[in-house]
Amino acid sequence: MNAGWTATRAWLLMLPLLIVMLSVIGWPFFDTVRLSFTDARLVGTGGDFVGFANYERLFSSRAFRRAFLVTTQFAVVSVLVEVVLGVLVALLLYQNFRGRNVLRALLILPWALPTVVNALLWRLIYNPEYGALNALLVQIGLLDAYRSWLGDPNSALVALIVADAWKNFPLVALISLAALHAVPHDIKAAAIVDGAGALARFRFVILPYLAGPLMVALVLRTIEAFKVFDIIWIMTRGGPANSTRTLSILVYQEAFSFQRAGSGASLALIVTLAITVLAVVYVALIRKSAGAQF
Amino acid sequence: MERQNLGFTIFLYVCAALLALMILAPFAWLFIMSISSTNDLVSKPLRWWPVETDWSRYRILTDFTPNSHGAALMSALGNSIKIAAIATVAALMVSVPAGWAVSRTPAVGWSLWLVIGTYMLPPVALAVPLYMGLAGLGMLNTKIGLAIVYLTVLAPFTTWLLKSGFDPIPRDLEKAAAIDGARLDQMLRIIILPLAAPVIGTAALFAYLLAWDEFFYALLFTSDYRAKTVTVAIADLAGGRVADYGLIATAGVIAALPPVIFGLVMQRMLISGLTTGGVKG
Repeated sequence: MNAGWTATRAWLLMLPLLIVMLSVIGWPFFDTVRLSFTDARLVGTGGDFVGFANYERLFSSRAFRRAFLVTTQFAVVSVLVEVVLGVLVALLLYQNFRGRNVLRALLILPWALPTVVNALLWRLIYNPEYGALNALLVQIGLLDAYRSWLGDPNSALVALIVADAWKNFPLVALISLAALHAVPHDIKAAAIVDGAGALARFRFVILPYLAGPLMVALVLRTIEAFKVFDIIWIMTRGGPANSTRTLSILVYQEAFSFQRAGSGASLALIVTLAITVLAVVYVALIRKSAGAQF
Repeated sequence: MERQNLGFTIFLYVCAALLALMILAPFAWLFIMSISSTNDLVSKPLRWWPVETDWSRYRILTDFTPNSHGAALMSALGNSIKIAAIATVAALMVSVPAGWAVSRTPAVGWSLWLVIGTYMLPPVALAVPLYMGLAGLGMLNTKIGLAIVYLTVLAPFTTWLLKSGFDPIPRDLEKAAAIDGARLDQMLRIIILPLAAPVIGTAALFAYLLAWDEFFYALLFTSDYRAKTVTVAIADLAGGRVADYGLIATAGVIAALPPVIFGLVMQRMLISGLTTGGVKG
């Protein structure tokens, strides 16, 4: 077998995937780019070329800036909570105690729960009149009167973040746990013999093994959080007073509720650009930290 | 970690109990809501366990009488089962050969990064053309149409998972087969696929769960019993005028059962899949 044939054969095997990807992702993406320069409606006319008008309107719109801020807040806080909680839980489940394996098994449950069911479950828990959270807090005396957690612009986003973090911290925990098991035993033993304290052991022995996988989890979760739609759509639809309206919700409203396909497309592309920039920065950071290690 | 004093042990068990409570309490409450009477659910102070368990909602929601809540949920369950299956099979058909090619031929590796890079695209960046395209082909509100759209999510993911699964399979076997005169398809079928069965199973499981979980495209591209998935049916129920929270909770339990049972039974497979990318890089 010569090298030329090997490459040709590889491309032939790739062909079905590439054709599928071109037709369900490639073509729609380039059509979105084209639409973003038009004033096309969702149904009816194809729309006329309007240059950068959609983009100009976007950057001067308050709705866009607000949605960008809300999305960033949601992504940063929920991913931060998930990572901190996930690592702590992984450190706990790495210890030896009875029931550890049962707990590890339970960890898969929130992850396996469909996002839509998770959203609905938490909506019921937060219910202003009959919700379990109000009942619990009032019964143990932490709260005087029932509150509308999702109906108050000051608490809605936090309530959403709690629901999202509860479902997603297990992923970070499972990835971290696998990484912890990759730390060689003799290194840990040597650190203990050398008299390193718990914090020093975490910083210098555990963390180097944790950093790589954790960064991967961080990238995946951040991208997901930036794209967030489902949980918000079910729990608040972007309200109250647009306090939880993220970029994806805004695109949905623009393109499908108001049927402005052109301006919806330009907004969607800005979201894509933001995610790409974020991912590139992350990957650069990963490369750098990996380079420092090896 | 060998020597543990009593204080530390107590601390461990307290943390473990808190974690178990944190994970289980919301699940328990969803289930309790589903078997509590409406009176118990709206009582103040709230009853944490029903006076009398009420299983009637499970009967209501598994009832096939036309135009009932039950019929809507059951047809949506059927659609989800079929759509996820079609999408999973299609995704594996394109990603098994592609994953193997990328694993064995580094020269085409960059195309895999391009495919994985599409993960960064938010569904809203593809939704309008996909909507117009499906409408043009008359495939809006069809199971096949939605399954094809799901390939945008499933195919990159399974290709990546399969590639990392093919990597550790030794190449010597393939060389030996080639010397013995095996054709490419024979080699893939007789040697690679049996060895890769576990990772293909893992990829199939993930693809199925991803498709089951999908909501955004299903919300946009389906409109009635012919193709509506269970996620959309549940959103309808939660967003509609259903006053009985117990009924919504019951629908949630029913929709969550298949993936949660899958998750528990095939835990090892799932965890190995989840951590493959993270740990091996």
